[in-house]
Amino acid sequence: MSARAPRRSVRVRRARSAVMVGLTVAAAVLATLPLIFILALLIKQGASSLNWAFFTGMPKPVGETGGGMANAMAGTAMLIGIAAAIGLPVGIGAGLYLAEHRNGRLAWVVRFLSDVLNGLPSIVVGIFAWQFLVRPVKQFSALAGGIALAVMMIPLVTRATEEMIKLVPDSLREAALALGYPRWRTSLTVVLRTALPGIVTGALVAIARIAGETAPLLFTAFGNQFWSTSLTQPISALPLQIFSYAISPYEEWHSLAWAGALVLLALVLVISLIARFVTRSRFGHGHD
Amino acid sequence: MATTEPRVLTTVSGVASAGDAPPARPMVAVRSLDAYFGANRAVKDVSLEFPEGQVTAIIGPSGCGKSTLLRCINRMHETVSLARVEGEVFLDGRDIYARDVNPIEVRKQIGMVFQRPTPFPTMSIRDNVIAGFRAAGRGAPSRAEQFEIAEWALQRAALWDEVKDRLHESALALSGGQQQRLCIARALATRPRVLLLDEPTASLDPISTQKVEELVYELRGDITIVIVTHNMQQAARVSDHTAFMLLGDLVEMAPTSRMFTSPGDERTEAYITGRFG
Repeated sequence: MSARAPRRSVRVRRARSAVMVGLTVAAAVLATLPLIFILALLIKQGASSLNWAFFTGMPKPVGETGGGMANAMAGTAMLIGIAAAIGLPVGIGAGLYLAEHRNGRLAWVVRFLSDVLNGLPSIVVGIFAWQFLVRPVKQFSALAGGIALAVMMIPLVTRATEEMIKLVPDSLREAALALGYPRWRTSLTVVLRTALPGIVTGALVAIARIAGETAPLLFTAFGNQFWSTSLTQPISALPLQIFSYAISPYEEWHSLAWAGALVLLALVLVISLIARFVTRSRFGHGHD
Repeated sequence: MATTEPRVLTTVSGVASAGDAPPARPMVAVRSLDAYFGANRAVKDVSLEFPEGQVTAIIGPSGCGKSTLLRCINRMHETVSLARVEGEVFLDGRDIYARDVNPIEVRKQIGMVFQRPTPFPTMSIRDNVIAGFRAAGRGAPSRAEQFEIAEWALQRAALWDEVKDRLHESALALSGGQQQRLCIARALATRPRVLLLDEPTASLDPISTQKVEELVYELRGDITIVIVTHNMQQAARVSDHTAFMLLGDLVEMAPTSRMFTSPGDERTEAYITGRFG
């Protein structure tokens, strides 16, 4: 009897363990299921409208079949470019400051505000940009849209940069200082360079995140049915075009919206894959 | 609370030490040095001298302030937040804590190697070696000059033969012992007058340790070396002079051979015979 009692308790523990492992596996599957469903739905609804003309053509008036989103894709590329041009230097600089002055009061304030900004609803960022960038000049513009996206991007890049720089061992910083490197040179050529792959990953994740943002663009970039590359004119963007097609009453436009959503998802997927690749190559050589 | 005044012996007086070093003038002289971390006084009123071209070991149990003392010699102590230094350190007769002295200039003249190897992971082996030389800002050295300096420094660090065919590879591809010798080469490339070694073999295997010790032995004469170690055998093997520290005080400093045969202070004797530590 004394020999059987522990055996039973082992069986009970094994069963309990199996149940818990099963539950976590189920949770893991549930967590990824939405993406698979979304992808399947987008392919089913949108793939039929995906053709060469979709990538090269312009939107057509109601009633005409076909038409593409070339202007929206160019617009999205341009908006991402503006956002990155502003958001990356500011975000990386702020992250470097936070990591190098960890305990300062200003660092605490900046870190806190950047977390708040990160949690700010994107529509609020859109209204803010409209108030300060659109209303005074009475003109929707690509620039206003890009700045609104940059505002979304900065806290993401800041915190990613800070975390990556914190991973650089202090011993490297000390080694550089002991060689007679000034502080600025230590930060730039040793610390920042060592953390660079991680920072690039953070930047790509931030770009993937803002690529699909719609709300900050509603009152800033506004959307445009025509080709535009002007900074001071309204500009189209994939999410905006999807939005306006999706709420339209026309079947033809609905399927174009599905196709646009598919392209947008593919874009985000590709950027995320590149981000993954960059992270991996970081540990690619030698032993640490 | 120093119970006895630290005895400061600056020159070898009659007693033969490793290599029969002749009397030498002090390259580094420390005068009444106090080092603090916030309110904690880690080094207490220490005065001692490091003779030119010789090897001085600083020994003592963990937390005795030996590394902190070492880091005061190239003004690295102050790079830690809340750390500060009082007193004077003379490098070749000049007070490096004088107000008009730039700590960066001090560090360019004094090389330092740490407990763990610290190769820059983004740089190749060669770029690591000349990193400090570049920072020293002696104009922009040409490619040929850079190669020459890298070879010279790697030769001196006894690493050249092992890496000469892969100078462009990542420094992380080297073994721990090779990385440490690379760091020594990097420190030597700027042709410093003083080399500070902060437990340079603490993270190395016995064979790598032996190579580093041989290297220290080779480098004496040309360069003044201060080595911090908690390994007494190592101090006995490589140094001309040994300083013993305890709880922030310098207990005594003497030629190494005398230190390990007839120490002047009973605390030194207790430590080197293994009664505490």
